[in-house]
Amino acid sequence: MKAAVVVFPGSNRERDVALALKRASYTNPAYVWHGDTELPAGTDLVVLPGGFSYGDYLRCGAMASLSPVMRAVKDHAARGGYVIGICNGFQILAETGLVPGVLMRNASLRFVCRDVHLKVETTNSAYTGGYQPGQVIRVPVAHAEGNYFADGETLNRLEGEDRVAFRYCTEAGEITPEASPNGAIRNIAGVLNEKRNVLGMMPHPENMTEAVVGGTDGAILFDSLAKALA
Amino acid sequence: MKARVHVTLKHGVLDPQGKAIAHALGSLGFGGVEDVRQGKFLELELAETDAGKAREQVKAMCEKLLANTVIENYTIELL
Repeated sequence: MKAAVVVFPGSNRERDVALALKRASYTNPAYVWHGDTELPAGTDLVVLPGGFSYGDYLRCGAMASLSPVMRAVKDHAARGGYVIGICNGFQILAETGLVPGVLMRNASLRFVCRDVHLKVETTNSAYTGGYQPGQVIRVPVAHAEGNYFADGETLNRLEGEDRVAFRYCTEAGEITPEASPNGAIRNIAGVLNEKRNVLGMMPHPENMTEAVVGGTDGAILFDSLAKALA
Repeated sequence: MKARVHVTLKHGVLDPQGKAIAHALGSLGFGGVEDVRQGKFLELELAETDAGKAREQVKAMCEKLLANTVIENYTIELL
């Protein structure tokens, strides 16, 4: 798996995700600067990491979605190439229109930084193929704008096409409003695009890949990718 | 020519910031504030002098960047 991690001014989880990718694929990903207009030749997977690109000016991800590298990322996705956006990366994907919906201010108005439980809602993707259907995993969130919103028609379509990847849930796997750290509509934590090659998610699987830091539930996502894109 | 753009949340989109502001106003003793919706105000200095063209330009700016039309409406005022 040849991966490229895009670095925007204000990205801050690019090294975390690079370590997770190296752990899964035994290969260091390339770092690509936001001003670059091309991805490295042969890139299989593009990662838009977490952080605060462009200081979250105007709206989270709005500026980054217009940076030069995003044209190459859009072309990559249109060719069927894989793209994952985590946290700020999800916000950028939503602003770019590569996944539907928008990430609004958390309902609590607070920055939330803690572990959450997620239910794996589909295993039909290169990202989630290694999980069990309905598996409950524990990974951290760290955001102030993770309150997913889309209109009812879009939500029904996402659900009808099995494109909700993860939902916030209790430890026992119940989908309750209280289990959501941000007020996201229908507890949605991650969604796939129509072709299932683009995933946006608010939680940070890259920060739960070593037992020494508290768990390995996030590692399965990167292992799935490494297997699917081997 | 100057353009003033207001970006506001669409009806039906929850506005927790507006709610918090309404609550704060109440705790300051301002009674009778039934609802607050907050948004953004942008002022643009344009080289364009034709009002029709200017409006078209600013509309395109709103659609492409200034507003996220999934959740936001915008209004344009030219001066």
